[in-house]
Amino acid sequence: MAHDIEIVEKTPAEYDYKKRRSDRLMRSQLMMFALMIFMTLISFAAVQAGFSAYFVVPVVLLLAAVQVGLQLYYFMHMSEKGHGLVAFFMYGGVLVAFLTVLTFVTIIWW
Amino acid sequence: MTTVANSVGQKKGFGATLWDWLTTVDHKKIGILYLIGGGFFFVLGGIEAMLIRLQLLVPNNDFVSAGFYNELITMHGTTMIFLAAMPLLFGFMNAIVPLQIGARDVAFPFINSLGFWMFFFGGLFLNLSWFLDAAPDAGWTSYASLSIASTGHGIDFYAIGLQIAGAGTLMAGINFLVTIINMRAPGMTYMRMPLFTWTTFVASALILFAFPPLTIGIFFLTFDRMFGGNFFDHTMGGNTIIWEHIFWIFGHPEVYILILPAFGIFSEIFSVFARKRLFGYSAMVFATVLIGFLGFMVWAHHMFTVGLGPTANAIFAVATMAIAVPTGVKIFNWLLTIWGGNITMTTPMLYALGFIPSFVMGGVTGVQQGAAPLDYQLHDSYFIVAHFHYVIVGGVVLAILAATHYWWPKMFGTMLSEKLGKITFWFFFIGFHMTFFLQHFLGLMGMPRRVWTYMDGQGWNLFNLISTIGAVLMAIGTIVLLINIIVTTAKNVRVGNDPWEDGRTLEWAIPSPPPFYNFAQTPLVRGLDTYWIEKQEGHNGYTAAEPVTDIHMPNGSIIPFFMTLGIFIAGFGAMYRVDHSWGLPVLVFGLAFTFLTMAIRSVKDDLGFYVTKDQIRRMERGRD
Ligand code: HEM
Ligand SMILES: [Cu+2]
Repeated sequence: MAHDIEIVEKTPAEYDYKKRRSDRLMRSQLMMFALMIFMTLISFAAVQAGFSAYFVVPVVLLLAAVQVGLQLYYFMHMSEKGHGLVAFFMYGGVLVAFLTVLTFVTIIWW
Repeated sequence: MTTVANSVGQKKGFGATLWDWLTTVDHKKIGILYLIGGGFFFVLGGIEAMLIRLQLLVPNNDFVSAGFYNELITMHGTTMIFLAAMPLLFGFMNAIVPLQIGARDVAFPFINSLGFWMFFFGGLFLNLSWFLDAAPDAGWTSYASLSIASTGHGIDFYAIGLQIAGAGTLMAGINFLVTIINMRAPGMTYMRMPLFTWTTFVASALILFAFPPLTIGIFFLTFDRMFGGNFFDHTMGGNTIIWEHIFWIFGHPEVYILILPAFGIFSEIFSVFARKRLFGYSAMVFATVLIGFLGFMVWAHHMFTVGLGPTANAIFAVATMAIAVPTGVKIFNWLLTIWGGNITMTTPMLYALGFIPSFVMGGVTGVQQGAAPLDYQLHDSYFIVAHFHYVIVGGVVLAILAATHYWWPKMFGTMLSEKLGKITFWFFFIGFHMTFFLQHFLGLMGMPRRVWTYMDGQGWNLFNLISTIGAVLMAIGTIVLLINIIVTTAKNVRVGNDPWEDGRTLEWAIPSPPPFYNFAQTPLVRGLDTYWIEKQEGHNGYTAAEPVTDIHMPNGSIIPFFMTLGIFIAGFGAMYRVDHSWGLPVLVFGLAFTFLTMAIRSVKDDLGFYVTKDQIRRMERGRD
């Protein structure tokens, strides 16, 4: 059975553009990867150095949050166009989850 | 191409028909399955309600025992919410939403079928408790201290049955989200989506966020009862209040999961039968999304009397009252839609007009209960029963009945009798107010909810009697509807694309019922109320966005049925493991069976089939 299969050829300009774009993406991903490794090292170092837990825990949590952001925006492409709805759902979920945890902490476990 | 020949359908034997329905992945057929399943449980829950009302007919009645009464109220509430209202709404969402956005099916047809069977087997599991042991008896909220103390297997049936049905609901919700995000026809931007599609979208998002808490809560309960856990046992370091929080974190969004699609249904009906564009469309969309958000921030209004402290009570009281604002916006928009419209009094429109005052009353009592100090008086009294029946019956059930009449021709190709439809409406509407209006006052007079009988001489007798008579009227209305369905199906008078003649949205641009591929060509959407625009320009049908091409369709599959069957069997194993040695092997067998079906599904390639251009042309011509 023959089905209509469309074959679309890329123009040279298109090809060029795509290539430049992926070069740029690759560079930013490598940079972010290095940054994330660096932050992980800081976390380990902070624990190893034996600072007070009141200092280490917030710092590690903060760095973890930043890493989640980088992961989402650079490796899962949320920084690109067309991800508005995804962002809306994620921030909505985060907001609701935050309020829920806040409630639990303040009225059950305090 | 046997598949195509089959779906276009000559007469088939009983076996072939049954096989067709067990394996179907067609959203229209799954919609019908949901209606049948949900309708069955609606009747079952209705019978339970009648037994409750008979028990309360006179004081000191012993028509049913106290223990059985507890089982009745628990199963009535659980059945109506999880197995009747939600699945019936899913039926309409399945049947209509893909048509409204110009799609040929949902995004994941296989998962759609799996979701239905999970719902159905979960409901079956829950209801088998009547025959196998005792039914659950701790209320539909199943508060932990009570539900953990409950003897027998009743609560185990609740926990496992809802776990299975809930998983099906979650799948259905995700499926609708992906469908609406990804499968809209060209030109169908978000702000051109019909309101029923919008409310389905937001309700599905609420399912996505609200059902996981329920899953976790029920897992905790299951472990506490069947596997030696202590999540809710304070003598072992647990905390019984956490169940209440988790339940209502799910529970309040759940009431919006029910009411938002109902809002969507009425929005469609108002604008069709007032022959006007929906007033304030963008405000309606915004209000829907806002209600969805706020719905997650008010759960503790069910727990004012628990002792959360004045600060927490105040915050949740204010948040609760805030929801009245977007809800009010909607009410005014509906009123302004019918204002100056060219109104036709069809059965769906009657329901829509009856809905407004009924729902407003439920909303007003809701705000009253939201005032924390007042709720200390109202909590656990019949006032609460009156409130939630005004919103659930006056809102959700009226919407389901309205949608049944409104979309029946689209789903089945025949028109329900308008005369019988109006008879149903009047019986149901009058019966509804008779049953529940006086319950407000019974509550204020001090009658507690969930108590199996009451003493004579407290001035409650007359109101309870009237309430029971009202319930009988509702039952008569429902029976007339069933007769209507049978008579209409027997007469089988076929109708055209747009039997109400004023259809505005895309589903009315195609035959009733639509061919299995829905749209011969993908439609092009040029604005809100797509089909209305086409009609205004004298077109008969829709503008196509593409030439006729081969259509890719999914194959049916029996795997969802067996996948669910495995879980169903495993449920019995988990429950009886406690008192029989065969329990554990059955649990393992059931899970292994499900994993086997999953493995088959992953290994076996199923690429679907094509309907060729010629076949489409032949079928489209056959119809004119
Ligand atoms: C829109 C549809 C609504 C539905 C389906 C609904 C449903 C329910 C249900 C089932 C209950 C009973 C819970 C129990 O078992 O005790 C309830 C209680 C309650 N509802 Fe609603 N409700 C709706 C709207 C509202 C609104 C608009 C408000 C307030 C603005 C509201 C406020 C409350 C409060 C405060 C309670 C707790 C009363 C108590 O138990 O003391 N509800 N609602
Ligand atoms: Cu609530």
